[in-house]
Amino acid sequence: MTTPMAESTDHHVLRCEGLHRYLGQEEGRVHVLRGVSFSAERGQVYAIVGPSGCGKSTLLYLLGLLDQPDEGKIWINQQRMSNSSDADRTAARGEHIGFVFQFHFLMQEFTALENVMMPMRKLGKLPPAAMVARAHDLLKSVGLGEKTHRLGTQLSGGEQQRVAVARALANQPAIILADEPTGNLDVKNSTLVFDLLTRLAKENGQAVILVTHNPEIANRCDSVRPMRDGLFV
Amino acid sequence: MSPNLHIAFRFLTAKKRAMLMSLSCIILGVGLFVVTQATTSGFEEFFIRTILGADGAILIQDKLQATQRSMAAGGYGSGFAIDLKEGVKYIEGIDDPEGLRHLLGDFGNVSGISVVLKGQVDIVSSFKTETVRVYGITLDEHLKVTNLADQIVDGKLDDFRNSLSGALLGREMANRMQLNVGDSFQLQAVGQLRRYKVSAIYETGIGEIDRTRLYLNMPEARSLLKKPTGASFIQLQLTNPEAAPVVATHLEDVLKYRAEPWQDHQKSWLAVFRALSICSGITVSVFTLIAGLAMFNTLAMIVLEKTKEIAILRSMGYTREDITRIFLWQAVIVLVIGCIIGAALGAGVTELVSRMPLPINGIFKTEYFIVSRNPWHYAEAMATAVVMVMVASLLPSRRAARLEPGDIIRGTAQ
Ligand SMILES: Nc1ncnc2c1ncn2[C@@H]1O[C@H](COP(=O)(O)OP(=O)(O)OP(=O)(O)O)[C@@H](O)[C@H]1O
Ligand SMILES: [Mg+2]
Repeated sequence: MTTPMAESTDHHVLRCEGLHRYLGQEEGRVHVLRGVSFSAERGQVYAIVGPSGCGKSTLLYLLGLLDQPDEGKIWINQQRMSNSSDADRTAARGEHIGFVFQFHFLMQEFTALENVMMPMRKLGKLPPAAMVARAHDLLKSVGLGEKTHRLGTQLSGGEQQRVAVARALANQPAIILADEPTGNLDVKNSTLVFDLLTRLAKENGQAVILVTHNPEIANRCDSVRPMRDGLFV
Repeated sequence: MSPNLHIAFRFLTAKKRAMLMSLSCIILGVGLFVVTQATTSGFEEFFIRTILGADGAILIQDKLQATQRSMAAGGYGSGFAIDLKEGVKYIEGIDDPEGLRHLLGDFGNVSGISVVLKGQVDIVSSFKTETVRVYGITLDEHLKVTNLADQIVDGKLDDFRNSLSGALLGREMANRMQLNVGDSFQLQAVGQLRRYKVSAIYETGIGEIDRTRLYLNMPEARSLLKKPTGASFIQLQLTNPEAAPVVATHLEDVLKYRAEPWQDHQKSWLAVFRALSICSGITVSVFTLIAGLAMFNTLAMIVLEKTKEIAILRSMGYTREDITRIFLWQAVIVLVIGCIIGAALGAGVTELVSRMPLPINGIFKTEYFIVSRNPWHYAEAMATAVVMVMVASLLPSRRAARLEPGDIIRGTAQ
């Protein structure tokens, strides 16, 4: 048990304790996460590795406040989020969390630039011109400086994935959760995206937690957490 | 542009064809609503103008006499009595018109007062004899309560004013008697036969009046009808004829005479016009109803197709309210476009209709379709569309907002 005192003096930007998650209904009900505890510090890059189906994505959704644990607690910036309201969790997602989905969803009717600007426009902290400039910079840094005005449908899978990475970085969130951000990329672009993420983590003091099947990428992270059957091993 | 509105626009443009159904129904709904209201109330307003122009806003006639009867019941000293309902008796005509005129001068709303003496006579020409109603009037007084000046279709009012033997005949009466301006004819009443001349011919458009009403100057009418004093009724015009029922009630209380507002007088026709306008309004609202259903359908479809996008938006910090708004905005966009085009369509068709020949005579006289260009019709049309479409949009929008991002991403959203 953690006392409230311990919570507030915690320097971790993200922390979870004893997370349990069941998925499916009735007989199909699966105990996907069986008490995962984890914490992440600013400026660190974490790799979560493990066989397919071990619960990596499920964990990331919980940490990204997109899903609710059946049991366990989550803190973002020392704030207990696991039992807070939908509005609070939504606000936290917008301000502190950047999420790259495993199946890199882009908003298809929007250009790469508009996709990257979308979180900024919601947060509304920058003037419009600065948003455009920042979106341009981000797209350039993922190697898409020439394709900012392409629609989602006019980009290759790998390009879409890089736009998704740029979009996750848009609001300079304290926490970046990336579900196989390099899964669809060639060696050159994997390295580009990974280098970008690690550089930002160091420069801006962001915590990057990524799921990867690529051992080379995993080895270059500050910390590797192997997972099996819903538990870190 | 707010991000929500921007997103709404893009979602819509991706579903243009589905939206078109809803849009065209809104356009038709608003446009046709405007046209039907413009025509039905056009005729109604014209009818009202016609009857106000012919009969004024209020008729004061028949003295009221309270006949309070009470009856004591029960034995002597039993102390209870039954009051029968207060009864009212009418005494025909007005015995002191000048006294009434004096009292009426104090009513602010009254803009014209005309004392009229009415009587039945036979009109005799070389050709045939018919029974008509003589209206004895003081012309200048009567011009203030009617549109008689505008109703003259032949001859001059001045000839009537300046000649005691002058008469004003309705168009139909003149036709039936084959009389023209300048022709002479005879009136037969109370055992005397007098000769008159047609000074002018008027036409109100109301068949009943044009067929049976004949105006004489008051002194001549008094002498012909052998009624040296009194009057049959007093006709009033009001600055605000809409208020006639209220004014009439007030007049009855003060004057103790029966005062009939034009609305009572023309109750059945007014009810017909009201029913027509409500009927056509309801019929045309079916389009707006379909517009609502189409909007419901389209939005529900977009919600299904855009669940992933909804999850992405939610993951980026867009709230449930944002999602609701994104979908409501789509409805608003279609509504705005639909209302603008629909109003333009309505205005255009109204203009076209107003040029359609449609000769009517009998309850009023017109050669063309009569339309009313009232901004309220546009407001009502749009309000109906807004209510229908927004109510229909609420459900899919709220459903979209309730979706859990986690469920969507795992593919278990329902
Ligand atoms: N709706 C569901 N109902 C039941 N079981 C589910 C449901 N969704 C996922 N699962 C199960 O949960 C487990 C964890 O899934 P998860 O997507 O987290 O795995 P993962 O580690 O990300 O795998 P991969 O590396 O293939 O992406 C899997 O065994 C999966 O079958
Ligand atoms: Mg996964």
